[in-house]
Amino acid sequence: MSNLKSNVPEGPLKDKWTNHKNNIDLVNPANKRQIDVIVVGTGLAGASASATLAELGYNVKTFCFQDSPRRAHSIAAQGGINAAKNYQGDGDSTHRLFYDTVKGGDYRSREANVYRLAEVSANIIDQCVAQGVPFARDYGGLLDNRSFGGVLVSRTFYAKGQTGQQLLLGAYSAMNRQIGRGKIKMYNRHEMMDIVKIEGKARGIIARNLVTGEIERHSAHAVVIASGGYGNVFYLSTNAMGSNVSAAWKIHRKGAYFANPCFTQIHPTCIPVSGDHQSKLTLMSESLRNDGRIWVPKNLDDVKAIREGKLKPVDLSEDDRDYFLERRYPAFGNLVPRDVASRAAKERCDEGFGVNATGEAVYLDFAAAILRYGKEKAHIKGLDENDEALVKKLGKEVVKAKYGNLFQMYFKIVDQDPYETPMMIYPAVHYTMGGVWVDYNLMTTIPGCFAIGEANFSDHGANRLGASALMQGLADGYFVLPYTIGDYLSEDIRTGAIPTDIPEFDQAEAEVKAQIESFVNNKGTKSVDYFHKKLGKIMWNKCGMSRNAEGLNQAIKEIQELREDFYKNVCVPGTSAEFNEELAKAGRVADFLELGELFAKDALERTESCGGHFREESQTPEGEALRDDANFTFVSAWEYTGRPSDAILHKEELIYDNIELKTRSYK
Amino acid sequence: MRLTLKIWRQENAQSKGVMTTYPIDNISPDMSFLEMMDVLNKELIEKGDSPVAFDHDCREGICGMCSMFINGEAHGPDRNVTTCQLHMRKFKDGDTIHIEPFRAKAFPVIRDLVVDRSAFDRIQHAGGFISVNTSGNTQDANSIPISKYDADTAMDAATCIGCGACVATCKNSSAMLFVGAKVSQFALLPQGQVEAADRVQNMVDQMDLEGFGNCTNTGACEVECPKGISLDNIARMNRELLKSKVL
Repeated sequence: MSNLKSNVPEGPLKDKWTNHKNNIDLVNPANKRQIDVIVVGTGLAGASASATLAELGYNVKTFCFQDSPRRAHSIAAQGGINAAKNYQGDGDSTHRLFYDTVKGGDYRSREANVYRLAEVSANIIDQCVAQGVPFARDYGGLLDNRSFGGVLVSRTFYAKGQTGQQLLLGAYSAMNRQIGRGKIKMYNRHEMMDIVKIEGKARGIIARNLVTGEIERHSAHAVVIASGGYGNVFYLSTNAMGSNVSAAWKIHRKGAYFANPCFTQIHPTCIPVSGDHQSKLTLMSESLRNDGRIWVPKNLDDVKAIREGKLKPVDLSEDDRDYFLERRYPAFGNLVPRDVASRAAKERCDEGFGVNATGEAVYLDFAAAILRYGKEKAHIKGLDENDEALVKKLGKEVVKAKYGNLFQMYFKIVDQDPYETPMMIYPAVHYTMGGVWVDYNLMTTIPGCFAIGEANFSDHGANRLGASALMQGLADGYFVLPYTIGDYLSEDIRTGAIPTDIPEFDQAEAEVKAQIESFVNNKGTKSVDYFHKKLGKIMWNKCGMSRNAEGLNQAIKEIQELREDFYKNVCVPGTSAEFNEELAKAGRVADFLELGELFAKDALERTESCGGHFREESQTPEGEALRDDANFTFVSAWEYTGRPSDAILHKEELIYDNIELKTRSYK
Repeated sequence: MRLTLKIWRQENAQSKGVMTTYPIDNISPDMSFLEMMDVLNKELIEKGDSPVAFDHDCREGICGMCSMFINGEAHGPDRNVTTCQLHMRKFKDGDTIHIEPFRAKAFPVIRDLVVDRSAFDRIQHAGGFISVNTSGNTQDANSIPISKYDADTAMDAATCIGCGACVATCKNSSAMLFVGAKVSQFALLPQGQVEAADRVQNMVDQMDLEGFGNCTNTGACEVECPKGISLDNIARMNRELLKSKVL
């Protein structure tokens, strides 16, 4: 049925990784000095891989488009990182983390990969603490944990609301040590423009210096893509402005299969869009759902009055409010997984209950939490629990201590005080579970080309649990790739340096230059952003939180037309030989315009609902997602053949030997 | 809102820059400062002019990429925010806004408002790390308890985003707040003790080599720092440096 080899080792699940490590080939230290590795991207995956490969002795060349590796978008992750340490003694284990991740992913991920992820998770925390990452601690001086959505244990380690920042700065510091030693050559403000293959193997890249515009050739014995996810295909997302799919898409065009592009995570708690000028969306951490209650008015008259400013949400009585998550999912309430919470908010807004001018917002209300904490505090202090003003004051102090930085961020952006009036939130694109297809060794279908972190598809199935992205990025970079890449490179110890003055590099460079020149000479009339915004609207409306065959077919057609319009009418000012952000953006949007179509095609093909992918045709009578295990327990891996519409589907069957497939229920 | 923008335009590091005036209209108070710049650039592109180059990425105040000296202040008039989180409601209809790059000898201009802050990276290469290899056999994370106070103080120092506002603000273009924050983070943790003396000396040497000025305790850096990094970190770095020389 498929030519895809997942290369999962034989043997019992819990022994696979250990046995694999014992059996794969190694490269001796002297030979490592003769081997070059290119890493593209410096988020958690790319930075941790670069540092570890350099520590092992390889010559590493690392590329990032930002002005410093420390700026990669992993820096923005807020909540935390999971690890099966069981420090709380609440019954956590490698198996439980493995199980939660597979179930949370709605049974669309590869068992062996997820188990390995859970297995190395504890090492990550040890490594980060050794590097000086200042995780939160309790008064005894030991590490503190918090709980996240969709699980029953406390296994999330955190550093205030800036866990991603601290982990990335840890990996960046490990890189700095190797840059100082000369083992990593760092290329800041450089963009990978294409991959170069020699005799079928990945042997280098073409890069563009974003300051001078110069096109450069870089060779290596292996290429590692760690360029993150493709959420910006929606234009508006919680990704950074520069986050892009280009590195992943370039290797796809040269032979790497792209897996499950339609699996996208839409995060329920983001600050709503305020107008057409909006350039990006800001996440409000999932931790807020521990204390915030989500609601909309019960009556449309009240919605109208609120929108017109005649009624304040705080004046609406409890009876007139619809706490729709608590109503629909009494067991999990406001803490249902992200995909479920997002769809429920959309359902209310589609029915006309959205509470802001755009009709796309619901309330996240802390009034009850403030009262509850305030009463508790008053009781502890022996003060009057019935003094409402006092209780509110005390309660606000508690909430401030827990979520102060998030409340301040909300206030700065929206100009409303969330201590006094409920926050307004709406779902937004946040993470992409899909990505480059890789085998157990994290190698793509191009020999010698690896993909790690969010750029690959491997561990989160159709939905990712909170605090698992950081875990996967660092697991891949610190603890998995450094082993598996050695197995591949052991055949290259006699290869010697790869020359760059050969026809393969000539051709790749010529293609890159041709595209760049066509952009700057196009003399169109519309800005790059014009096309990107249009693409984003198509994606959001037809490939967003719920999808149907008619919409997806329309999306494919509209994206094809938009792509044609783009190449005819895009305007890129300036020249190719200078700092030119519009030119860089044009290249990225060109790739999004292809990926978007494949995304819609993949969503059309998968007629079941699972995780973040909701097909309206496949739902229960109560409107819940309906999986189709008989027909869709596989990974869709797409092969590029010239146009996204002609991509060929390869299926990797997913085999569950250790977990029984069940319907997720949060009722 | 209708505004007058006076923006520093400079084609590249070699060319001379000039302040150029751009009127702009229909700005919503809900826009972020960078979204206002997006509107300007869209107009410039459609007119066939070259857009204003500026650094930006996450647009949520954490990556440290955005800069801009706005009306004489790093990241503009609001407190505890980066330029990307500054909103136009902080300005009035009819205002004239002066926008310049972060200026310092060690931060050469690349183009318009974009400057080269790689000097910060080089200071980190000199010693901003703990020498520990990745092995999977590192000791258990809970084997050394660290007091909550020390861990929290280290975290406060570690929240530095490396944007360079401290340098741009300082009349001496000093990088002491930036370097002090990193030195402090490791100085406060037991893991950082082994290399403490070498670290502070190497980082300070590199800082001087890059052409940053010295600290005269004005404290402007602390006021303008978008993350509220405390001046205490400079004092702690000086203490560490002294300790490293005499002990």
